[in-house]
Amino acid sequence: MRRLHLIALLPLAAALGGCNFVVLDPSGDIAAQQRDLLVISTLLMLLIIVPVMALTVFFAWKYRASNTKARYEPEWSHSTQMELVIWSAPLLIIICLGALTWMGTHLLDPYRPLDRIAAGEPVPADTKPLDVEVVALDWKWLFIYPEQGIATVNDLAAPVGRPIRFRITASSVMNAFYVPTLAGMIYAMPGMRTELNAVANAPGESRGFSSNYSGAGFSGMFFRFQALSDADFNAWTSEAKASEERLTRAAYLELERPSENVPARRFADIDPTLFDAILNMCVEPGKMCMKEMMAIDARGGLGLEGVANVLPLTYDKHARRGTVFGGAPSYVVGICTPEELATALTLSAARPASRDTALVRGAGLPLPALSGSLPAFTPISLPSREPRESLLGPRRPSNS
Amino acid sequence: MTETPFIEPSFLFGRFNLQAIPYHEPILVVTFLMVAIGGLAVLGAITYFRLWGYLWREWFTSVDHKKIGIMYMVLGIIMLLRGFADAIMMRLQQAWAFGGSEGYLPAHHYDQVFSAHGVIMIFFVAMPMVTGLMNYVVPLQIGARDVSFPFLNNFSFWMTVSGAVLVMTSLFVGEFAQTGWLAYPPLSGIGYSPYVGVDYYIWALQIAGVGTLLSGVNLICTIVKMRAPGMTMMRMPVFTWTALCTNVLIVAAFPVLTAVLALLAADRYLGTNFFTNDFGGNPMMYVNLIWIWGHPEVYILILPAFGIFSEVTSTFAGKRLFGYTSMVYATVVITILSYLVWLHHFFTMGSGASVNSFFGITTMIISIPTGAKMFNWLFTMYRGRIRFELPMMYTVAFMLTFVIGGMTGVLLAVPPADFVLHNSLFLVAHFHNVIIGGVLFGLFAGIAFWWPKAFGFKLDPFWGKCSFWFWVVGFYFAFMPLYVLGLMGVTRRLRVFDDPSLHIWFLIAAFGAFLIALGIACFLIQIGVSILRREQLRDTTGDPWDARTLEWATSSPPPAYNFAFTPVVHDLDAWWDMKQRGYTRPLAGFKAIHMPRNTGAGVILAGLSFVLGFALIWYIWWLAALSFVALVGTAIGHSFNYNRDFDIPADEVARTEEARTKLLAAGVNA
Repeated sequence: MRRLHLIALLPLAAALGGCNFVVLDPSGDIAAQQRDLLVISTLLMLLIIVPVMALTVFFAWKYRASNTKARYEPEWSHSTQMELVIWSAPLLIIICLGALTWMGTHLLDPYRPLDRIAAGEPVPADTKPLDVEVVALDWKWLFIYPEQGIATVNDLAAPVGRPIRFRITASSVMNAFYVPTLAGMIYAMPGMRTELNAVANAPGESRGFSSNYSGAGFSGMFFRFQALSDADFNAWTSEAKASEERLTRAAYLELERPSENVPARRFADIDPTLFDAILNMCVEPGKMCMKEMMAIDARGGLGLEGVANVLPLTYDKHARRGTVFGGAPSYVVGICTPEELATALTLSAARPASRDTALVRGAGLPLPALSGSLPAFTPISLPSREPRESLLGPRRPSNS
Repeated sequence: MTETPFIEPSFLFGRFNLQAIPYHEPILVVTFLMVAIGGLAVLGAITYFRLWGYLWREWFTSVDHKKIGIMYMVLGIIMLLRGFADAIMMRLQQAWAFGGSEGYLPAHHYDQVFSAHGVIMIFFVAMPMVTGLMNYVVPLQIGARDVSFPFLNNFSFWMTVSGAVLVMTSLFVGEFAQTGWLAYPPLSGIGYSPYVGVDYYIWALQIAGVGTLLSGVNLICTIVKMRAPGMTMMRMPVFTWTALCTNVLIVAAFPVLTAVLALLAADRYLGTNFFTNDFGGNPMMYVNLIWIWGHPEVYILILPAFGIFSEVTSTFAGKRLFGYTSMVYATVVITILSYLVWLHHFFTMGSGASVNSFFGITTMIISIPTGAKMFNWLFTMYRGRIRFELPMMYTVAFMLTFVIGGMTGVLLAVPPADFVLHNSLFLVAHFHNVIIGGVLFGLFAGIAFWWPKAFGFKLDPFWGKCSFWFWVVGFYFAFMPLYVLGLMGVTRRLRVFDDPSLHIWFLIAAFGAFLIALGIACFLIQIGVSILRREQLRDTTGDPWDARTLEWATSSPPPAYNFAFTPVVHDLDAWWDMKQRGYTRPLAGFKAIHMPRNTGAGVILAGLSFVLGFALIWYIWWLAALSFVALVGTAIGHSFNYNRDFDIPADEVARTEEARTKLLAAGVNA
């Protein structure tokens, strides 16, 4: 594979000496596999593109009007053999490419936990991936390291050779999380959680950014990504631990406000329920979490009483002052106390991931696993109907 | 985002106040002055030469498909200048904003520029020009007198104009959307785009969308019901086939756009929560819906271009089109498949691997019929006698350019590759590669090909060739660097850069844009020069290219009634077949011809729609109510207008045909 991509790069390499073709020469294993697929697909298509281009030029030259020696058959317009060739040649290529796509897409599904660190180097059985919770804010990135109990803004680091599991959401609008050296991009969406599994294979510093336009500060929405040795990563972590700042809910609400070209920041301590609260859009005290709301709805909802369960918003991120005919903006009031909610969120966070980590099977995705009913809160006034489990199965991008 | 201060709508002016006029932005003031001076000069000239009456009677109120087609082309060319101005501003900004420089455009302005560029190029350049060509050529190709619903045609055109004028208004009154050309929520929601930009976007597209949809209905009906006797479906010219498929796509896809924009408007005006973050809204639904329209839209644009290339190749190769049947089936297959691929625009939104691979593979499957088409053109050239006139030059440039765009397109359809290339400049290069290399080259080929039919003289070849080379070379200079930048991990819509190694590529791209500017200039000069030299370029035969389809059987320009006698079709290339069998024009026995009458209702309805759109954008409710009532009233009123048709008397037809006979005889003697 290495050799293939070198060949593809040869003609370019001569002309473009100083340029950094990060997409064609990434350091992370996932991005490298994506690159391989890109190069193989290109070569496969060149099999047909090059002859077509050559024939176009050749026919255009050979059958020019001034060349009266060339054969001229004004009525010739059909040939079954020819038709067979022109339909089957692209078909064959697409069959190859389709097979490649099916396999590659499943193997490189960003949700799929890694099974290898690099070619020929499987993930050791006892390795636990590094969890990083990513939040796209207006216009900066928040990274929460639950295991280390730290958080950073616009500063991402990971140890080399340890799988990283990103869980990604956004606070206000759509963004995309992209570190070209590491792996392909995935959208960061408010109220949704996407996932990305990747690994850094060589120490070094590179750049990550948002690759989906998100408003005025978009161009400045980038961060440093450092792949560090274990020792350096520990040093980096303790540096963050030494920071004065704490990422409480109040600090997050302050951080969440729009700002541009934000320098890196570190937080020594985090509220462990914060990411789930951001994901469920209930960081503001007293706001009902989406998860809670969905659980209520799954059990039949609150009926008409639910309509009254809203309070006016006192602050929103930009200039939202409601729509002209839609009344004042508001939010749904939480039913649980923050403490109950904290317990509930911790409990549900402790639930094991329901993703199947087995290798690709012909039948595609496994059936939606029926996870246990939601733990914790049993709101008082709810009709005690059985939860419709189909609603609670894993969805992607998911809210839980 | 410059924080827009909240404006309490007043009764009389809604949200409108003097702040809405961007007199503090020098770029816009200068643009406005230029547009104003240019506009006043044009209006003054029209008044001076007393052309208002002529324009109103002969053009604005015309229901003649040929005149409406030409007006669509004029609209497309004017909007091309605006869309291109946006393009060159972006190229300048990106070439400029290096090494700590912020460039010359603040985010508030730059973000409007790239949003407007996309919207204008797709909706108000490519769409009107494609519709214009179909309008002009299809009825002639099938031997019809006009389209099925001539008034509807006029109304559709003016609705498109109305949408275009609304977009242009946003330049000088208020602002345009700062959301990208598809206005994804939540960014385009009221919370994050509280001012008028997105409302301009919504109402301009809604108004123009009415026009597009109705013109789609009209052309389908025309093709299905009004073909000349003997023209079975499998004897239809390929351009007509592609026009049919395109209009089927329009009729099936545009209602989705209308619906999704209506839902977005409901979110923004009524406080519903279809696409909001809160209250059960889901922005992913918008992304799906808009691409369920958006992907077929791509084929709406490219299919007619494929049709043009088919006509051009067989005409200039002097040869029947190779594999007509497979060409038709390829077109139909593309039409159907174009509905099964929309998700490839957001593989990165977190769908499962099976969903992503399904849509990736369906996308690749489209390349099979497209590849077959490519081979069909290739084998049409094979054993032909190719005359390299301008349309054929564009066709060869298209074949060489489009396969590159097709290849990068299939590449982007491989989801793991898309994960690293999505939203990158590689993607931007890809779709410009297919839209410029496919749609635009097709339109230029079509314009050069059918111009003599429309005006009776050919386009000047020298300036045409200048334009061709500037466009083709400019295209490669402008977009190949973007492929390179995409592979360097550079994504789209960025305003400033700090990596100096990228700079050279943006400079090359800006140079390419400059070459394209020369290409556009040469194109305009070509039109001007051709009009001045029209006597030297005159074609009296009506068939300057020795072409094959029915539109070349009548005079250039064709008479209002197109054909004095409806032709009878015996073969696929009807006119070629008629020429081979020694067809002679009937010289007597003319009958009176029943024709539709002009009406100003289309202009009035579209004007009222503009006012309605403007009032809704600015929350001027009294004006919205008033214009809405007037709109409905005018429409009802127009339905009581029974004075809709007239007969061209037989002796007038005889006189027109007699003139042509003389012209033909003079041409033969000369």
